[in-house]
Amino acid sequence: MSDSERFPASIYGPAERRMAESMVDIENRMLDAVEDEQCDCKDGMFNGVTRRGLLMGGVALGGSALAGSRAMADAPPGAIEYDVQPDSTKEQGRLILDDGGYGSRSQFENEVRWRYPTASLDSSWSMTPLASGQGMMTPSGLHFERHHGGIPAIDPATHELILHGMVDQPMRFTMDDLKRLPAVSKIHFIECSGNGLTEWAKPTLKTVQGTHGLTSTSEWTGVRLSTLLEMAGVQDSAAWILAEGADAAVMTRSVPLDKAMDDAIVAYAQNGEALRPEQGYPLRLLLPGYEGNTHIKWLRRLDVSDKPFMTREETSKYTDLMPDGTARQFTLEMEAKSVITFPSGAMKLPRAGFYEVTGIAWSGRGKIAKVEVSADGGATWQEAALDGPVLDKCHTRFRLPWTWTGEEAVLQSRAVDETGYIQPTLEQLVEVRGLKSVYHLNAIQSWHIAPDGEVTNVHA
Amino acid sequence: MFMRNLTLICAIGALASPALAQDAARTAAALPETLEETGERAPATVPQSSSETVGDIVPADNAYGVGQPATEEEIAAIDIDVMPDGRGLPEGSGTYAEGEELYETICAACHGSDMMGISDLGAPQLIGGRGTLATDKPVKTVESYWPYASTFFDYTHRAMPMTAPGSLTTDEVYAISAYVLGKAGITGTEPDTMLDAASMAEVEMPNADGFVADPRPDVAE
Repeated sequence: MSDSERFPASIYGPAERRMAESMVDIENRMLDAVEDEQCDCKDGMFNGVTRRGLLMGGVALGGSALAGSRAMADAPPGAIEYDVQPDSTKEQGRLILDDGGYGSRSQFENEVRWRYPTASLDSSWSMTPLASGQGMMTPSGLHFERHHGGIPAIDPATHELILHGMVDQPMRFTMDDLKRLPAVSKIHFIECSGNGLTEWAKPTLKTVQGTHGLTSTSEWTGVRLSTLLEMAGVQDSAAWILAEGADAAVMTRSVPLDKAMDDAIVAYAQNGEALRPEQGYPLRLLLPGYEGNTHIKWLRRLDVSDKPFMTREETSKYTDLMPDGTARQFTLEMEAKSVITFPSGAMKLPRAGFYEVTGIAWSGRGKIAKVEVSADGGATWQEAALDGPVLDKCHTRFRLPWTWTGEEAVLQSRAVDETGYIQPTLEQLVEVRGLKSVYHLNAIQSWHIAPDGEVTNVHA
Repeated sequence: MFMRNLTLICAIGALASPALAQDAARTAAALPETLEETGERAPATVPQSSSETVGDIVPADNAYGVGQPATEEEIAAIDIDVMPDGRGLPEGSGTYAEGEELYETICAACHGSDMMGISDLGAPQLIGGRGTLATDKPVKTVESYWPYASTFFDYTHRAMPMTAPGSLTTDEVYAISAYVLGKAGITGTEPDTMLDAASMAEVEMPNADGFVADPRPDVAE
């Protein structure tokens, strides 16, 4: 099928369509590279990116990821290549801090975010490798990305946040000012509203990184936005706040004041250290449970007003066109969703027998209350165990023991959040929303297990 | 021993700071100095707070006494947002004829002289598509979809063109707005059709009533 049939211009805007096409392309290249290097030792079960696949992927993507010294060039990103000891018990290991003091991962671990080679910076995306993820946290270096004007390099010594508009005292904060204020650390997911945008009409991408990789979870530390607003003194008529970034898109979104006063965080840290540049260094907004693009990165300005600002991102983009021609606006919450990450697409189960089915569930409206798993395409369901702690607006890991008989099976997971909302089927979503909008796909995902163990993405 | 190290750290910190301050072009943080006796690295210098210069906000006023009042000049320097009712629209003006020339020079390379967009560049179609939103092949453009003219001004001013974002003067943005909205059949196509703050706020977009509030949750079990 040609891409133009697969991603019709009537549904996918130029940027979304080009992104979707690139996603198919890069996933194919990665999987081809893996296939070239299949070895019996892995049974093909965990079809992660191999060393060679990574290099090929890197070349396909321009090769710029692998710069630096020769040792670095031989190792996956974030790792250093060392000689493997024939017997590590018979000689001393290397010296502490040999890697410079920051730490690096094993040279045998090579999961990376996928990124999509596009001509302009307008659609820069990268996706978290969920298939190899463990627990509920996403390593900072694997947190998905979406940029609207590239990643700026900002010196924190000169970065300031200005808070103005309908406040009694407009304020200006340096980074050091912000770090003096009472802080909170909260673990929350961020999900792009475009997560799954290739999957509405037909099962398209093969892996869970492709179908669901635009969600990640980190611990975020910063000042509650309400603290700053109380310091400035919000006026009675105020109802919305414009958040603005210092990137080339000068990205802006309007945020309801209620949300700002509830659990919004002006965050300067992620997973115990400063934000990564691609996550908004030195300062970003965090709006727990809201669609990713509202969590303005490189935050430089907050303008309090009585009305929404109707920026480009909340009118022409990130709105959802319905069958009757009207469009839903300010569809901010990410509704309850779950996905099985093991087994998942492009893996191959080596033989019948025991497997622990596992995945993640999350809801923008609160805690996950329950996750059920089906191995027969939704005919029967079994409740999965949830790893604790189960947190508000946070990835929650679920697990269910499963014995595969070797016969055809369709694995699904279904999340229920604390509001009682049940993750819908794709059919239910399409019935209400039609097929003209690409955002907010939170339907049940199906993985088909063939008798030979091949796992594929299906609509069931 | 601990005290001696602390003294040493302070001494190195004092020596290192002026050098860093002079090196304005640095693009990455320098590695900390190595302590002579131990070979260990000194911690980064202690963060400096702007509170040294705070005089006019006292804790009683804002609870913490942290941060500074933002002056009108400081706010004006970055307050570029524009609202549908015209709030924030800057002084200046531009005509359809001026906009045509600017569009051909600055915008056409990506959006096409015909404003039909160039998909390979990710540049969307700007005009056309009216009446298609309820059909099976909706065409979402400034003309057919965008509810407010202010959004076109705001976005073009803050982020266009892609190769030099934020480089257009307010007069240029008014002119380009007059040309694109004129071509869209929303404002006039006379060469001297002009847009400024007052007239921009009066522009009514075809799809102004096309948006609804979020009704979710919208699927019932």
